[in-house]
Amino acid sequence: MDLKLGHYNKDGIEVVDVEGEIDVYTAPRLRELLIDLVNKNNYQLVVNMEKVEFLDSTGLGVLVGGLKRVRAHDGSLDLVCTQERILKIFRITGLTKVFGIHETVDLAIAAKKLEK
Amino acid sequence: MATVEVTFTPLPAHVRTARLVATAVARRSGVDEALLDEVRLAVGEACSRAVEAHRRHCPAEPVRIEMTDQGERFVVVVSDHAPTASSAPFGGASGNGAGHAPLVEVAHEEDDGVIPAGFGLAVISGLADDVHVSSTSYGVSVRMSWPSAVRA
Repeated sequence: MDLKLGHYNKDGIEVVDVEGEIDVYTAPRLRELLIDLVNKNNYQLVVNMEKVEFLDSTGLGVLVGGLKRVRAHDGSLDLVCTQERILKIFRITGLTKVFGIHETVDLAIAAKKLEK
Repeated sequence: MATVEVTFTPLPAHVRTARLVATAVARRSGVDEALLDEVRLAVGEACSRAVEAHRRHCPAEPVRIEMTDQGERFVVVVSDHAPTASSAPFGGASGNGAGHAPLVEVAHEEDDGVIPAGFGLAVISGLADDVHVSSTSYGVSVRMSWPSAVRA
């Protein structure tokens, strides 16, 4: 399955919906979207990965790159993910300590509001 | 003799095909369903690494995958033909392949260098319990294996 991307604003936080496979072929599209959102002054991001079927190190690099960009503006990038096979790659790489990972978009947004 | 051999032009679009083939052959070889995600991810990482190396050094050369059912183990070898260099020490993954030659490793430059070189191989080592990375004058081979069921 290819990659489908969408985004919307909720309570001042930009939520990015990702569906499909994030790999060396599709990751550039996610990278472009994250860069575009940051360039449009969106520094509070939630990436919803509940419909992601595959994620490799290229995809991780894009997410870390996005996090780096929003942090440069005192922002944050949190993830929504409950799939064990996707969470496993975050654990293997130690990135569970870098990203805030939540069970639902609403919980991610609530956590961001508490941070403010 | 390999059960299945695949060669493909080093294009990112073909990496998905490669990992789908590897997953299908692993299933046919009796690899446990619970391990198939690991096979898919590890083979994808190895192929991504090889594709990036070929695109930099030898875009006309195909990447090669050999998948072999060895009875109790399902073995995948991903080989590239990109040149190696002693100036790029490799500090990444190797299940028990210590002492192999230094490798040219590919960093994800598009992400402003946030992902270090060797990251993909480090992921592979976290997924496969048996990983050997070897570097020769012909390129780099990543050999991975998983247990498979012995059929009567």
